Amino acid sequence: MKISLGPILYFWPRQQVLEFYREVADMPVDVVYLGETVCSKRRELGTDDWLELAGQLRAAGKQPVLSTLSLLEAGSELGVVRRLTANGEYPVEANDLSAVEMVAGTAGFVAGPHFNTYNPATLELLVSLGAIRWVMPLELSRDSLGAMQAERPEGIETEVFAWGRLPLAFSARCFTARAADVPKDQCGFRCMDYPEGLPLATREGEGLFTVNGVQIQSGRTASLVGMIAELEELGVDVVRVSPQPAHTEDVVSLLRQTIDGVLSPAEAAGLAEPFATGGVCNGYWYGNAGMAALS
Amino acid sequence: MELVCPAGSLPALKAAVDNGADAVYMGFRNATNARNFEGLNFDEKGARRGLAHAHAAGARVFTAINTYAAAGRWHEWTDAVDRAVDLGVDALILADPGLIAYAAADHPDMRLHLSVQASATTPEAIEFHRRRFGVRRAVLPRVLSLSQVRRVIAGTDAELEVFGFGSLCVMVEGRCALSSYVTGEAPNTAGVCSPAKAVRWVESARGRESRLGGVLIDLYRPDEPAGYPTLCKGRFAVDGQTYYALEEPTSLNVLDILPELQQAGVAAVKVEGRQRSPAYVAEATRVMRAALDQAAADPEGYVPDPALAARLDRLAEGRTHTLGALQRRWQ
Repeated sequence: MKISLGPILYFWPRQQVLEFYREVADMPVDVVYLGETVCSKRRELGTDDWLELAGQLRAAGKQPVLSTLSLLEAGSELGVVRRLTANGEYPVEANDLSAVEMVAGTAGFVAGPHFNTYNPATLELLVSLGAIRWVMPLELSRDSLGAMQAERPEGIETEVFAWGRLPLAFSARCFTARAADVPKDQCGFRCMDYPEGLPLATREGEGLFTVNGVQIQSGRTASLVGMIAELEELGVDVVRVSPQPAHTEDVVSLLRQTIDGVLSPAEAAGLAEPFATGGVCNGYWYGNAGMAALS
Repeated sequence: MELVCPAGSLPALKAAVDNGADAVYMGFRNATNARNFEGLNFDEKGARRGLAHAHAAGARVFTAINTYAAAGRWHEWTDAVDRAVDLGVDALILADPGLIAYAAADHPDMRLHLSVQASATTPEAIEFHRRRFGVRRAVLPRVLSLSQVRRVIAGTDAELEVFGFGSLCVMVEGRCALSSYVTGEAPNTAGVCSPAKAVRWVESARGRESRLGGVLIDLYRPDEPAGYPTLCKGRFAVDGQTYYALEEPTSLNVLDILPELQQAGVAAVKVEGRQRSPAYVAEATRVMRAALDQAAADPEGYVPDPALAARLDRLAEGRTHTLGALQRRWQ
C-alpha cells in the first residue's frame, strides 16, 4: 500500500510551503498532491511554482499529482484548471466536474474526494474517461468501501483519506473573512494567520468545526491509522495524509512502519493520537457520525 | 421564466398546481431523493394521482432522484428511475454521474435535468452531462453571483434553473457533509440534512437548547424565537465571539432581480421546500406567480412589490430574506 500526501489545505507563506516540500522529498511517501484546492485568491505560489515543485518531487522519486480547485465560480479559475489539465507531464486530481470534463480522454487522472464517486457505475464511467485512481468520498463507511471494491473495474486504484481534518463543505462565502467582519473582496488574506484553520466551538466549548476560508473542516482529526490492516484487506492502494503544520512527518512515518509490519495498527494508532489536533475521530468508517471516536 | 414548485405530498402538489406553478417536483418515499423526511413524498398511487392532477391543469411533473446511489444498493436508484419513467413523469432530476449514465442509456427519450446536488457551477460541468448524456437543464447551486450566472448561461446549450425562494443552502449543494459529520446522515447519502430524529430540545437553566446529535446548535432566551437546528444556521464561538458563524436563519428571495434573471436567459425559477406544508406552498406559489407575471409583462418597468416581499418574509426562515451569493456583498 502506498502513502500519499494530500494538497495543503491551509494558506501558508511561500517559504513555509517550499520548506515543507523540501522535507517531503525525504519522507517515505509515494504520491504527492500539489496545488491550491480551496481558494483562488491564495497566490503565494502560482501554477509555474507548482509545476517546478512537481519536477523536484519527481526527481526525488515521488509521483506528483496536480490538484484542482474544488469549487469553481469565476472564469479565471477555469483558466487555471485548464492550464493544469493540459500540463502534459503530470496526472491531475480533478476536484469537480469541470476539471473532469477538461481532463477526460487525455492523460490519466485522479477523481478527487469531492467528485462524489459513490457507486461502481460511477467508477465505470470514470474508467471510461481515463481515470487511474479515485479517492473515496469522506463520508463513506467500511461497508460501502467493501461494496465498491467488490465491483471495482480493472485499471483504477482506490485511495482513502486516512489522516487529517476532513474537508466537509465549501461555500461561496469566506467564513474566515466573516469571522474578521471584513468583506471577502477585502479579506486581507486573514486565513494566513491560521496555519491550521480557525477553531469553531459550540457555546459550551465543544470543538466542532474548523474554519478554513471558504472551506469548513472537521474539528477533530480523522484517523484510520488503526484500520491499516483492514484497508489492505479491502484492496486499498493508497492512504492519504492531509498536511498539517506540525507532525506530518511523524504520522507518515507511523503509517510507513505499520504498512511495513514494524508496528501493529493499534500501536501506531495510539502513537499517532497525540499528533491529532482537536482529538481523533473515525465515525464514518463505522457508518456512524463522522465526529465519533469508536473502536 | 417557468415557475417550478415543491411537492412534498399530494396536497402540496395540488396547492402548487392550483396556484400557478408551471411545474412541480416530487420524489419517492426512500433515500433516492434529497428530501427523504418522515411522512413526505410519494408512493405509486399518490404519484399517479398527482400526475393526473398536474397534467389536467397543464403543469409538468419532475421527479427528483437526486441522492448518490449507495454501493451495494444500486437497484434502489435504478428502480426509482424506471418507476418514474413508467409513471410518465415529464423529467428526472438526477445528480449521480453513474445514475445519469444509466438513465441516458436505458431511457434515451426521457428528459433529464441535472440536480443542484450535482454541484455543477460552470459551463464545462454542465456540458459534461449535456454532451455525454443529453441532459437538458441544470439547476445551479446557490453559490454564484449574478454575473457568474450570466457567464454559465453563455457557455452552455442546456437550460438553467435557479432557486428563487426558500431556505438558503450556504454550502455548495452536493458537497456538504456537515450533517453526516454530526449525525451520520447527510443529503448525498441519506437525502436528509440535520435529520429530525437527531434533534433534541432541552429546557435548561441556561435557556432553551437546540441540539443535533447531542451537539449544542443554539441556546435561546425564553422570549427568543427558536429555529430548526440546522448546522449552518447555529450560533457558535469563533475567536472569542459567539455569533451565527456560518449564516443567520434567513431565506433566499430573488424578487428584487427577476428582470435581470429573465434577461440573463434563466429558463426557470425554483421554489425550495418539499418539507413545507401545503399552505406554505400555496402562498409561495401565488406570490412567485404574481411577481413572475409582472416581470414578464413589463421587464423595463418592473419594480419589486413590497407587499409581495412582505408575504414571502412571513413564510421565511428568520422572517428575513437575502439574495445570497447572487449579490457579491453576501459572499
